[in-house]
Amino acid sequence: MGTQVSIFIQQIINGLKIGSVYALVALGYTMVYGIIRLINFAHGDFIMVGSYVLLYTIPIMVACGLPAWTAIILAVTACAAVGVTVEKVAYKPVREKGTKMSALITAIAMSLFLENLAQTVFGASPKPVGTIFSFPNLELAGIKLNGNTMLTIAIGVVMMIALQLFVKKTKMGKAMRAVSEDGEAAILMGINKNRTISITFAIGSALAAVASLMYCASYPQATPTLGSMLGLKAFIAAVLGGIGIIPGAMLGGIVVGLVESLTKAYIGTLTGGVITSAFSDAIVFGILIVVLIVKPSGILGKNVGEKV
Amino acid sequence: MIDVKIPKEKKKGMIINLAGVLLLFGVLVVLCETGMLSNYIKGILMVCGIAVIMACSLNITVGYMGQIALGDCGFMAIGAYTAALITKAMESGGILVGAGAPNTLRFLIGTLAGGILAAVFGVLVGIPALRLRGDYLAIITLGFGEIIRVIIQNLKFAGGKGFSEGQAGQALIGINRLADLYVVFWIVVLTVVILFTFVRSKYGRAIIAIRNDDIAAGASGLNTTFYKVLAFTVSAFFAGIAGGIFAHYIGSLNAASFGWLKSTEYVIMVVFGGMGSLTGSIIAAVVLSALPEALRSFSEYRMLVYSVALVLVMIFKPTGLLGTYEFSLLRLFNRITGKSGKKLADKKQEVK
Amino acid sequence: MGELILQAKHLGISFGGLKAVDDFNIEIKAGELVGLIGPNGAGKTTVFNLLTGVYAPTEGAFFLCGEKMNGKKTHQVVQSGIARTFQNIRLFKSMTVLENVMVAYGMSIKYKIPGAIFRMGSYFKEEAEYREKALDLLKIFDLDDKADYIADNLPYGQQRKLEIARALATGMKLLLLDEPAAGMNPTETADLLRCINIIRERFGIAILLIEHDMSLVMKICERIVVIDYGVTIAQGLPEEIASNQRVIAAYLGADEEEEDVPC
Repeated sequence: MGTQVSIFIQQIINGLKIGSVYALVALGYTMVYGIIRLINFAHGDFIMVGSYVLLYTIPIMVACGLPAWTAIILAVTACAAVGVTVEKVAYKPVREKGTKMSALITAIAMSLFLENLAQTVFGASPKPVGTIFSFPNLELAGIKLNGNTMLTIAIGVVMMIALQLFVKKTKMGKAMRAVSEDGEAAILMGINKNRTISITFAIGSALAAVASLMYCASYPQATPTLGSMLGLKAFIAAVLGGIGIIPGAMLGGIVVGLVESLTKAYIGTLTGGVITSAFSDAIVFGILIVVLIVKPSGILGKNVGEKV
Repeated sequence: MIDVKIPKEKKKGMIINLAGVLLLFGVLVVLCETGMLSNYIKGILMVCGIAVIMACSLNITVGYMGQIALGDCGFMAIGAYTAALITKAMESGGILVGAGAPNTLRFLIGTLAGGILAAVFGVLVGIPALRLRGDYLAIITLGFGEIIRVIIQNLKFAGGKGFSEGQAGQALIGINRLADLYVVFWIVVLTVVILFTFVRSKYGRAIIAIRNDDIAAGASGLNTTFYKVLAFTVSAFFAGIAGGIFAHYIGSLNAASFGWLKSTEYVIMVVFGGMGSLTGSIIAAVVLSALPEALRSFSEYRMLVYSVALVLVMIFKPTGLLGTYEFSLLRLFNRITGKSGKKLADKKQEVK
Repeated sequence: MGELILQAKHLGISFGGLKAVDDFNIEIKAGELVGLIGPNGAGKTTVFNLLTGVYAPTEGAFFLCGEKMNGKKTHQVVQSGIARTFQNIRLFKSMTVLENVMVAYGMSIKYKIPGAIFRMGSYFKEEAEYREKALDLLKIFDLDDKADYIADNLPYGQQRKLEIARALATGMKLLLLDEPAAGMNPTETADLLRCINIIRERFGIAILLIEHDMSLVMKICERIVVIDYGVTIAQGLPEEIASNQRVIAAYLGADEEEEDVPC
């Protein structure tokens, strides 16, 4: 009985860990969607970029006598640069000339581009990422707590609070909210819309880099398609919580993480083997569909209809 | 007077188009029978045909209705597995087995059933999904497509040798390679003709009107939900047909190959060719399917090249290369015979 | 004249506690032209949205020729016989002028999918028949020679007229016109007036008209309903409305209260 409970708690912790990764990625989706009303399909691939940067810079950092995690500085810089470049080169011209549909197609195209570029440059096979941090395992009331897991959750929570404060308290945060409310009106108020959008992309991509660090700490492998499914699930998290809402992204991320972890562990026994853990992706997509049909604005969102 | 005149011109167009198709078929037959086409080339033609069906039918949703759907390969998978399992079952039951007509008939029955089941799922998915649009519709269709894929992957009777000998999580193998190039040629022709007449009817007009403004479409008496689901279902039906052909060409099915990335490849074809141009979809489907085969070294970089080209198209020609242009044999014929050009000019003068 | 076309009884709708329209009553007989006026934000377009099934009324009911319309969706309301135009023109911009009208004939055209895809006789017959009808309709608005133009390329005034033509093609009994003269110059307005008179003569339909151009309203409406803050404040003949104190107060603002003045 005791082991049952501790396994359950272990699953919850695993869920929280992957959930906080989803939450960080979802924050990027939510910020970008909030400001330009576009699902940035390439966002998941920024995580992939981050993990390759970590892969190549960790040995350098270690060789210089620095701790491995300092590689995150380079990963953040690289991801922010990639994010802003994608925005400037592809999204901005399409946004100015085309329709919503062409913007969406461009986003899908950029995702394909980044994945295939990585495949061409780094090859399709997974590459091991060096150890990022090794914290001792804690043991609390008979439950083993993986140090890295706890740190991942902690980083996630800190980043979310920091972002929320940034958006609510700083001038740039206010500019972001203004542009997302009404871009044209924001320009008239003297806000530099394009710069605000660029900074939003930079922050969103930097969060993806942090997410890549957290992800690689647990699953130390870089592949060109690493960001694809991860990105989709994070997007589901963003929609679940209410897209464009920062606390919503956190909530959604945690929920998706928990659902995924618990279904993987228990769905087989619960359904008598009819539905196995192989269905876990389908279940996550099922959540998306239910949310989109029942309340497309998400748990924390408000419904808005089109004005006639 | 007009009642008689319009069908006359249309009749002429039909005859010319039929002649064009027969000519094309004649060329195909001659090339095949004289052995000028290797099996490899025939394979490429088959892949092109499947892509033409996929791209043209997807154009109804993406082009004419103006909504990106990323789950088309889910319907293709339903069609492929249904068709394959039906022909397998018929084979083990000894129904319509034998070279020539029986096999072809068995293939057609399986494929048609695949299309119908895909269409049924098109309705089931379309009714909830089409309440959304834009980004959300793209993502919900992606979700449905992935769910279909995962479920098929884990169906015991749809893996391994199938049915009682089936194994979940395995590729479905041992499908009779019944897809004959001539038969597939006519399926492709029929698909294109049906889709063309469909969009040039009140149904097509309604779907285009909904793309333009669905509130105004409702105010013009159109049941927008019905027409949206109809468009989506037409796409799903033909995706199922394409799946049936694919299954009986390739001989084995792996559910993993029907993921959303495969769906985006067909979306790319539609977008390149022109959203709202079946001509564009045909050209793009043939070129994008044949090019990687023709240039082997290119195939490694093809998605890289496509993605860059896609962004460029979106920047410089957001409606796709051909826009809504349709090629017309009749127009070409009239121009060659120097007939309509003059007539049209006269007419315009009159109006002025 | 005489047959009751539209009857609204105590029609009302609230959005989260705010009563946008309250206790709206109206009766329109065949062939009548009734004006619906009121200051900006008074709830006029909301009334139209209620009458066309865009919003479901939270109170009251409305009837078309005695048939209850509550709970019907927009397309069902249109099929029953209420058509409308929009304040901000909503055409099918990428389609031709003729196609715009043909879309609205869609529910009258009877051929089914097999008829369409296999090009049966019914397809050619009906397409030709309704093409003729559409051209006839466009002729009223002097748009028949522009039938093959893309709707978006028409000048503003003609776009407004096309929208009315499209509404007529639905074969309605009651036409709701939402500010048809907005943004028109005097010549265009005069032309619009001519068109409205022709369609009244030709089709004998009832019209409910929202308009800010008071001279137009006074000239053509047989009766006028005035609403303000969602409440009907006056109803009557044009001359009665013109001298009604509450109406003048609503438009010019009573005491220090400020209101938009129609120009």
